[in-house]
Amino acid sequence: MAFQGTDTYVASDALRLAVDAAVTLERPLLIKGEPGTGKTLLAEELAGALGSRLITWHVKSTTKAQQGLYEYDAVSRLRDSQLGIEGVDDVSNYIRPGKLWEAFDADERAVLLIDEIDKADIEFPNDLLQELDRMEFYVYETDHTVRARHRPIIVITSNNEKELPDAFLRRCFFHYIDFPDHETLQRIVAVHFPDIESRLVAQALDVFFDIRDVPGIRKKPSTSELVDWLKLLMADELAREALYARDPAEALPPLAGALVKNEQDTGLLERLAFMVRRQQTTRR
Amino acid sequence: MFLGLFETLRRHDVPVTLRELLDLHAGVERGVAFADSEAFYRLARLTLVKDERHYDRFDRAFAAWFEGIENLDAAIDALIPDDWLRREFERSLSAEEKARIESLGGLEQLIETFKQRYAEQRERHAGGNKWIGTGGTSPFGAYGYNPEGMRIGQDGSRQRRAVKVWDERRFRDYDDSRELGTRNIKLALRRLRHFARSGAGEEFDIDATIDATARDAGLLNVRMRPERHNAVKVLLLLDVGGSMDDHVHTCEELFSACRSEFKHLEHLYFHNCIYEGLWRDNRRRDERLSTFELLRTFGDDYKLIIVGDAAMSPYEISHPGGSVEHFNDEPGGVWLQRLATKFDHLAWLNPMPPRTWELTHSNRLIRQLIGERMYPLTLQGLEAATRALVQ
Repeated sequence: MAFQGTDTYVASDALRLAVDAAVTLERPLLIKGEPGTGKTLLAEELAGALGSRLITWHVKSTTKAQQGLYEYDAVSRLRDSQLGIEGVDDVSNYIRPGKLWEAFDADERAVLLIDEIDKADIEFPNDLLQELDRMEFYVYETDHTVRARHRPIIVITSNNEKELPDAFLRRCFFHYIDFPDHETLQRIVAVHFPDIESRLVAQALDVFFDIRDVPGIRKKPSTSELVDWLKLLMADELAREALYARDPAEALPPLAGALVKNEQDTGLLERLAFMVRRQQTTRR
Repeated sequence: MFLGLFETLRRHDVPVTLRELLDLHAGVERGVAFADSEAFYRLARLTLVKDERHYDRFDRAFAAWFEGIENLDAAIDALIPDDWLRREFERSLSAEEKARIESLGGLEQLIETFKQRYAEQRERHAGGNKWIGTGGTSPFGAYGYNPEGMRIGQDGSRQRRAVKVWDERRFRDYDDSRELGTRNIKLALRRLRHFARSGAGEEFDIDATIDATARDAGLLNVRMRPERHNAVKVLLLLDVGGSMDDHVHTCEELFSACRSEFKHLEHLYFHNCIYEGLWRDNRRRDERLSTFELLRTFGDDYKLIIVGDAAMSPYEISHPGGSVEHFNDEPGGVWLQRLATKFDHLAWLNPMPPRTWELTHSNRLIRQLIGERMYPLTLQGLEAATRALVQ
């Protein structure tokens, strides 16, 4: 079985091989890359392509590793005991399984996405080492071990906000999604908008790469921003006309808000355009 | 058996261990990559490298191993290989221009000139915002001399056919011995955190209290936790103007990272060398703070970080009146000495690469004065500096 990308997701050769290797050798796959290059989307598309269930564990700064395994709801149990509700003597009624447990317990192989692992505390990945390695963990309250019935395919994404510990990295395969080149971007656009005018794509990609290449720009627009922008352009005929008739002396491309997302970058582009205009007037 | 690759990688400082090597073997055995050098390269990178910062080193090591280059040092030192230049060049030339090059003594000659130009350009970019004016058409990119920025024929480089993937070295920018990003700097600065439990302030821990109370079957069990905050104090002195214009971007990033990371951060500016006064605001240089006052007001629990390229005339350090801007009664060296005596925790961050340090006399003088506590302004250097500062 080889992952080939899907109707809505274009995967590079390297990414396809990475997914293949991770599936074949049953290792977690750690994905990094610029924001908006489709890290999270990969897990969704992979689950779709394999026809397996996707279990998503969104990690936040307050997330603890234990929450992925299970939580013991002592407060509910206390309340229930005071109300005299039945079943309160059985502790397993108050064990709430987490996402990892859910993935281990699935009837068939599931895809588990641990999204943005770098958001959590620095110790978070270390607390998951055994669980990811042996695919089992121990529940103290009920004194039994949860073992994976089918080893899930684990995709982990990171935005590089924190360094991940070596011991954790050594257990994963690592792939960095490089920013797509011109050709790949064209394919990505084609996948999202099958009947878009080729003239629009060519123009838009030129503008897009020009903006990415502006020296000193703080947040480079990425694939997802390009897709959003094209969506807007297709909906707005006036803006489309403005793009075709574009004068380099004009500061910002039409509907630039979808591409450039902070005021320093907007300011930078305006300053550049001003200099172009000044050059033009002096030449005349 | 890929022991040769394994050894080459270790020699190139790619952190690989046995476990990763076994992974690679497992991958090959299970047929993930078969009889295809590119797929093998990808599999090797996937299994052996755990951080995009090491991709570039891996690429170089792989190329060396693949082509059986014996002299590894040469491969590492050849930062701009000739054929790389040639490729970039030929691609961007029209047929007409090619003919003209032939008449100028061929490409070899031209590459030499180009290299010369390139070396000169490092100096000339001192002018500052030149790159804005050219709006990206300058062949030398955004921050002066990043070879990645030297993409001359943009369109040509996007079609990857002729070059092997690992030769493209697309991940050069991620190497951690190179440039810094704000995020990376913040990470490095985290080491300087010094959490203190100061005062009587203990705070109520709601979650732990609820949990403990429930476990105690409803008997209130109050849990408190100590308040923590970063108590480290940092005094940052920044060199501005002149030769530092090249490094504005890096310094800006360092500064913004510092600002968000430390609560007790004071920053002051100087030009070239530290004399009797410093500025609080670079645009209003009249509002000066006397250096004596600085030595009096800031306690020795402050950690002093000086950012500067330490490239100046040696007279600025050794002689009174050596300053390029005003007449100084006492030489800069005396002032540096005073700072070094007062602040035990001191680090000098230099944006210039260490191999150039020996070339300037002033740099050697300064390193003597501050006791070899100069670090390059790279991620590695910053980490070394923060380690030294917390000792």
